[in-house]
Amino acid sequence: MQFIVKGYPAYAYTGGRAFDPATRAVVFIHGAAFDHSVWQWQARYLAHHGFSVLAIDLPAHGRSPGIARTTIEGMADWIAALIEAASLERAALVGHSMGSLVALQCALSHPARVAKLALVGTSLPMAVGDAFLAAARDDSPAAFDMEVVWGHSRGAMLATSAVPGMNLVGASRQLNGRARNGVLHADLAACHAWKAPSADALAKLSMPILVAAGKRDQMTPFKAGRAAASMLPDARLVALDAGHSMMTEAPRALLGALRDFL
Amino acid sequence: MAHSGPKTPHPDTLAVHAGQSPDPATGARAVPIYQSASFVFPDSDTAAALFNMETPGHVYSRLSNPTVSVLEERIASLEGGAGAIATSSGQAALHLAIATLMGEGGHIVASASLYGGSHNLLHYTLPRFGITATFVPTRDLDAWRTAIRPETRLLFGESVGNPSVDVLDIPAVAALAHEHGLPLLVDATVTTPMLGRALEQGADLVMHSATKFLSGHGVVIGGVLVDGGRFDWLSSSRFPTLTQPYAGFHDMVFAEESPVTAFLLRARREGLRDFGACMAPMTAFHVLQGLETLHLRMPRHIESTDRVADFLASHEAVTRVHHPRAATHPDHALAQRLYPRGCSAILSFELKGGRDAGRRFIDSLTLFSHLANIGDAKSLVIHPATTTHWRMDDAALLAAGITPGTVRLSIGLEHVDDLVEDLSRALRASQK
Repeated sequence: MQFIVKGYPAYAYTGGRAFDPATRAVVFIHGAAFDHSVWQWQARYLAHHGFSVLAIDLPAHGRSPGIARTTIEGMADWIAALIEAASLERAALVGHSMGSLVALQCALSHPARVAKLALVGTSLPMAVGDAFLAAARDDSPAAFDMEVVWGHSRGAMLATSAVPGMNLVGASRQLNGRARNGVLHADLAACHAWKAPSADALAKLSMPILVAAGKRDQMTPFKAGRAAASMLPDARLVALDAGHSMMTEAPRALLGALRDFL
Repeated sequence: MAHSGPKTPHPDTLAVHAGQSPDPATGARAVPIYQSASFVFPDSDTAAALFNMETPGHVYSRLSNPTVSVLEERIASLEGGAGAIATSSGQAALHLAIATLMGEGGHIVASASLYGGSHNLLHYTLPRFGITATFVPTRDLDAWRTAIRPETRLLFGESVGNPSVDVLDIPAVAALAHEHGLPLLVDATVTTPMLGRALEQGADLVMHSATKFLSGHGVVIGGVLVDGGRFDWLSSSRFPTLTQPYAGFHDMVFAEESPVTAFLLRARREGLRDFGACMAPMTAFHVLQGLETLHLRMPRHIESTDRVADFLASHEAVTRVHHPRAATHPDHALAQRLYPRGCSAILSFELKGGRDAGRRFIDSLTLFSHLANIGDAKSLVIHPATTTHWRMDDAALLAAGITPGTVRLSIGLEHVDDLVEDLSRALRASQK
């Protein structure tokens, strides 16, 4: 469905159910150069199990028009505005990779808007390598190859897919490849530039926090997720047998962790 | 500035491993044949979630099966696609692609150089269901362009035509298709992903008769349909099956669910579910066995075909050899560009003496088997005008590159000297 956020249309997938602001809401935030469909195997289930789901397309991603935000803070403000535009007082935020930074930043900047916080495949901070940034700056296909190959567990191209008949790496590559020019670089640069909050700032977070970390993550290694969980007050750490793309590599395990948490 | 991406497995490795982890239950290294119609639900909530596509998994082998999925994922990986659906035959794969994209009133522009079975479906059968096709000469881009109508939903051709062995200019026809907001489906049965990858060349969908080179041993009937995941179905209103709510599945909008895999979702959730032309797990196992040596077999098929083509071209009983290997073939340069490692282990030729000589030739062969198939380890021969393409009139035959004297060979994996000797003897006999 469409909302108007900061004057521009914004698209959100509602999990195959009509959106109802009176029901407890979950906002899913995708990673760099992706869109709402990365949450296919979590969003639809939760929408049919008592949640109102908004799996958003950030500005200039997927079906949302506009200009890509160039800072994590800008994206976080946009999420807060989306929550307001959806007539919600507050929502649980579930973010993947770059989306996890956006969710965390939104919780820091707009704590009243965030009921719960789930960070999937996170690292605080989230530095991006020079070669990756340079390839993305030039919109080189190599940048998308890096994103999908490192974005899955080593050997994922040879393993049985959790989604029957799908070539997860190939599908992910095509979704990435649909990104408009410049968007991958804007997203990665925003991740790279984001300064991890101070321990004092993090300590003030009062909402329940979950960190889901992939034991075979090549993008944000497991130890980064574990470190993030130790920095966040009373955060629950869930280790999944998957790479960075836990939503498709371990769809049921991630869903189980989210369902228990939310 | 040049950027180098991360290393990924070579096609040879994908052919052996893609889509298959050792069996989680037993550790079996070979792909187990999951000969089971259904799969137990762990609990009622999961059962409902599986039915409503809230969670992925196997329910019923008409929709998906663990053995068949390995094959689907392996082919998708080899083709560089987003995913695949295996079907009961190549014909079923073609029908599934068409039925997913259009209904009554839909129109297809297809190359005239098609396998006889595909021609039957498009020319005789689908019009009965309100779907029509215009056939155009493969090489005539203007004819492709002129044939496109407002109700056109698909362009279709064979990477290398069977039996004419003409080469589809995939990049050019794909560009034309995309200029009109249409997808291009390529039947890559003859080339296989080891000789060329149609999706990389610009096609949006690829299908195979897995009966042929993929399985490679003439033991099963099967098909596979691969989605490249690149076509933007939402860019027009032409594909309501993917962009509008589907009453047959809780008003799901497939392109909203997943812009990349919308076609596969609909094809599985409607086409496999309702038409039911699924692949059997035993068949998938046989195709997988074949696939594991595809990268070894194709070069040998090609090497022997080159020898046979050269032999036939220099033989006095042969008036013409149809194979792009010949520098005089109109597709010679195109074939070298798209398929530098060779393009076809199928070739056809014209025999002096027409139909009678053809009969004597075929009946005199001993090593070549006279039958209706291609892509076997065994070398095969057939006379298309009286068998695979017998329903076509002379004009349609000519458009498909076939005359009453055309003989088609599929070169197998025997020693090439033995094949040449068999052909040599039969050619002599044909002229008596």
